[in-house]
Amino acid sequence: MGESAPKPARRQWLKPFGELPASGQAIFLWLSFLLPLVAWAIVSYVPFVWHPLVRITEPGGVSYFRPDTLIDKKIFRAENAKLKAAGQPLAAGVPANPVFLPAPHEVARAFYKSFTTPPRRKGEKWLHESLWQSIQVIFLGFTLSSLIGVPLGILCGVYAPISRLTEPFVDFTRYMPAPAFGALAVAVLGIYAPPKIAIIFLGTFFQQVLVIANTTRKLDTSLIEAAQTLGANRLCLLLRVIVPGISVDLYNDMRILLGWAWTYLIVAEYIGASSGITYFINQQAKYRIYDNVFAAIIMIGILGFTTDRILALLGAHLFPWKKRRSRTSAARRSWWPRRSAAPAATPTAA
Amino acid sequence: MVHSALALPDYRDQAPEVAARFERIRQRPVILRVKDLEKTYGLDAERHVVFDHVSLDIHRREFITVIGPSGCGKSTFIRIVAGLDEATSGDILLDGKAVAGPGPDRGMVFQGYTLFPWLTVKRNVMFGLRARGKSSSTAESEARSWLDMVGLAKFENAYPHELSGGMKQRVAIARALANEPRILLMDEPFGALDAQTRCKMQGYLQQIWRKVDVTILFITHDLDEAIYLSDRILVLGTNPGGVREIIENPVPRPRSVAQFISPEFVALKARLDELIHGPATETAEEDKLPMARMTMAGDDVE
Repeated sequence: MGESAPKPARRQWLKPFGELPASGQAIFLWLSFLLPLVAWAIVSYVPFVWHPLVRITEPGGVSYFRPDTLIDKKIFRAENAKLKAAGQPLAAGVPANPVFLPAPHEVARAFYKSFTTPPRRKGEKWLHESLWQSIQVIFLGFTLSSLIGVPLGILCGVYAPISRLTEPFVDFTRYMPAPAFGALAVAVLGIYAPPKIAIIFLGTFFQQVLVIANTTRKLDTSLIEAAQTLGANRLCLLLRVIVPGISVDLYNDMRILLGWAWTYLIVAEYIGASSGITYFINQQAKYRIYDNVFAAIIMIGILGFTTDRILALLGAHLFPWKKRRSRTSAARRSWWPRRSAAPAATPTAA
Repeated sequence: MVHSALALPDYRDQAPEVAARFERIRQRPVILRVKDLEKTYGLDAERHVVFDHVSLDIHRREFITVIGPSGCGKSTFIRIVAGLDEATSGDILLDGKAVAGPGPDRGMVFQGYTLFPWLTVKRNVMFGLRARGKSSSTAESEARSWLDMVGLAKFENAYPHELSGGMKQRVAIARALANEPRILLMDEPFGALDAQTRCKMQGYLQQIWRKVDVTILFITHDLDEAIYLSDRILVLGTNPGGVREIIENPVPRPRSVAQFISPEFVALKARLDELIHGPATETAEEDKLPMARMTMAGDDVE
């Protein structure tokens, strides 16, 4: 922070639509991840917070208590009260959380172990194999959808007849949940990857057409008019004005749509022969290895998040004309620290 | 108004050299002919006439300004000439041929710059050349020379958002001129600029106009700008919409800022003021706000 009056800077933190100083940005960035982690750690490690169960260490006089069994706290107290009244040795135990809430360190260990331990049964997949399977399904579904959805969306945005012909039906179809087509997809496409790709496609495509048509319509029409007075014909308008003109917004739309595709993944993988990360999670839950379940769920988060960040960084290089550090709403909405680049030339007065 | 108290020449009086210049202009071929142009909205009872019976001949290398109060349709007029809007009736003839739809023969400079943000300055200027099928290398060298002319050669690789408003508008002018249009249409091109930059841009535009074979149709609501730049001024009015007067500007060329206080300039400005804002007495009443006194007696600012 500069030596000039740090106090007003802090007061600016809560200025509507204000920007944080660089130091504040970093602090809040870390806090946003740290705070949930701290909450999880408190619930896991502080014995008097939640911990509705008791892990038996010493069964005492209770016939059905075994070491390491998890017993409801009320039952544990009731049994001990009975024992006390009967003068028998008391049972002992430590407060514990249910098995479905593993502690952070257990999940961290599972993270490592799930990549290093072979699957329990032959024919089951390793975590990384499951993940790879899921990534392929997402990639294929999303790419197929984009190959048709992006051009169609742009055409809808540009030409009224195509919009009138397409969008009402697309709007109607998008209210049918993609998973509803699951049984149909299996009947047509079998039980392996194809129906899953189809669900991702259906979940993405209809939204994609509408979102991209809207983005296209938001293009500043004066740019089109300027191009027309410069002699651009219809094809030139489409390819050299409209497409580059919407490219930044289109790219951001695609990032959001890819996020939606991930949410469809789990449902898609239930269809037919369960596969991919969903199958992994289900198997681990069946074995009651909830550390692995958490590890896998967090893994999906990390994967999606990393992809998005890579795409965001790539976007900065793809669109060098994008205003950086500007006070536009787009710049404000983003929380990720942006690189500030020096302009190619310093403007002077006209 | 103050002007009426002074002994001003009639705005129609022309010095001999000015009259001779207008005679020479009239000898030149007509580039753009506007014939009985009419623009209306709505039908029958709902019908609203923006303007009608607008006719105008613009000669080669003439500088014509269109001026009028807001709502007179001056922007609509230039957009119809550009082919971006359609007239209800009437014709636009360019070199004697009727035109429909926008085209590179009528270059346009907009108030909002409308540079393509994804293209560098040079590529913006190259856009029209490439769209018309010129090779990349030809377009590039031509774009360079146009940028040179507007004094922005150093910024050829900058993106529009890195430029100031005045610089952006110079790029837009270079971009339109690169197509070598028969007529350059300018729709309040300096309206978004601050006073100082606007004054500089007016100077640049005159220099460009002198050096380049181009005819200019210029829209503005700034009386000084209209008088400073133009040969003739087309005054549009509202209620009813249409041409109030087409005035031959008596201020001699070459123009300079010093002429802003010359008798011809002041006389013409008084006339334009009257045409656009009406006689002085009418406005005076409207300008008074019906306000009660809300300060202490004696606490006066004037």
